[in-house]
Amino acid sequence: MACDVGREKLDAYLDGELDSSEAAALSAHMRNCNSCAADALEGVQMKRAVAAAGKRYEPRARFREKITNHITTKPQRNTGWMWILAVPALSVIILSVGVALYVNHESARRQRVYSELTDLHVATLASATPVDVISTDRHTVKPWFQGKIPFTFNLPDLQGTEFTLIGGRVAYLAQSPGAHLIYQLRKHEISVFIFQDRGTETGLPSGTTNALSFNVDSWTQNGLRYFVLGDVSSEDIQALSKLLQDAK
Amino acid sequence: MEVPEQRLPTVNFEDLAMPLFDQLYNFARWLTQDTAEAEDLVQETFAKALRGFSSFQPGTNFRAWIYRILRNSFLSSRSGLKATVAFDEEDHDTVGSSDATPETLLLERSNREMVQQALAELPIQYREILLLCEVEEMSYQEIAETLAVPPGTVMSRLFRARKALRNGVESMQKPQGDRHGM
Repeated sequence: MACDVGREKLDAYLDGELDSSEAAALSAHMRNCNSCAADALEGVQMKRAVAAAGKRYEPRARFREKITNHITTKPQRNTGWMWILAVPALSVIILSVGVALYVNHESARRQRVYSELTDLHVATLASATPVDVISTDRHTVKPWFQGKIPFTFNLPDLQGTEFTLIGGRVAYLAQSPGAHLIYQLRKHEISVFIFQDRGTETGLPSGTTNALSFNVDSWTQNGLRYFVLGDVSSEDIQALSKLLQDAK
Repeated sequence: MEVPEQRLPTVNFEDLAMPLFDQLYNFARWLTQDTAEAEDLVQETFAKALRGFSSFQPGTNFRAWIYRILRNSFLSSRSGLKATVAFDEEDHDTVGSSDATPETLLLERSNREMVQQALAELPIQYREILLLCEVEEMSYQEIAETLAVPPGTVMSRLFRARKALRNGVESMQKPQGDRHGM
């Protein structure tokens, strides 16, 4: 810089940190000093460049959801007005207490299994190495499970469909080993879990349902319990289920 | 019945914190240089801020408060300790000189990726102060609160940080063999 205005002061001016009299004096000075004017121009360009370059990273939607759930005010803090809605519901509950107890028990059991599977799905996708056998070829993935799980299963031929097989890994549900396969559909990952149907933890009603905003389909076939879980539509989930059910 | 006078209407943590979520993540990602670590850092920050929210004084600067929590959490983490070890501001002041180069030309030519790379290569103390000033558009006073340093230090550190960034961009634009001191 050719004149005696320090760069630090010029930066503070550009950052809007000089008081009004100092800013006015510097502004007047720059009208007659080419060197300071050029430095100021470069300073502005630099500020813009850093501002643009610095806005670089965006949080993943899943992470945002996790944090939001974590900090959202607990619902019981606002229960006062909810009694208005709860009164009709309460009458129904009183009338059907027996049925409700059974349904609640079943629903809690189902929710527990679905929560576990959802956790497995999310944790696997978040992992740096989501699958232990990476292959789009079912004839590579299926034999990989040999000796690792106490059963065998058939995988569908995906030719002519939108689904792609990504790979697989061993997963555990209620201490029982099973197969966890990852499929992809239009950049969405879908988990397929296959466990032995022991009629206890895995003995759940068949059909499509919704667990924590994921769509889940489940059925029993040849003594095996299948779960198809992902954030795609229930139609897509059912389409993959159909392929698995027809696999030979 | 006596009502405490200083009691302000309840401020919701979520309403104050969630609008800052994206920026806090961006800042955390720049500090840690790693997605998983950045997520852990933001999660830790939100957990600490939520726990300590009762001690936050309504009417004071929430943004500086939560950024300070994030930064302190980072500094006490393993990568934070590694990033700050043996940093001497004066040492970095002597690296090269950008005065001899037509800077306007340099920065006009510089693209976003180059500035990003130069930012990523800066010592953490310079990277964070530039991000707080240019991306978060914090005032010197807010930066001073966030970094827990006097406002005068903010001004001199920003000066050094900008100089180091210019040198970084400049050395990237020179052919490999020309990089000073190499």
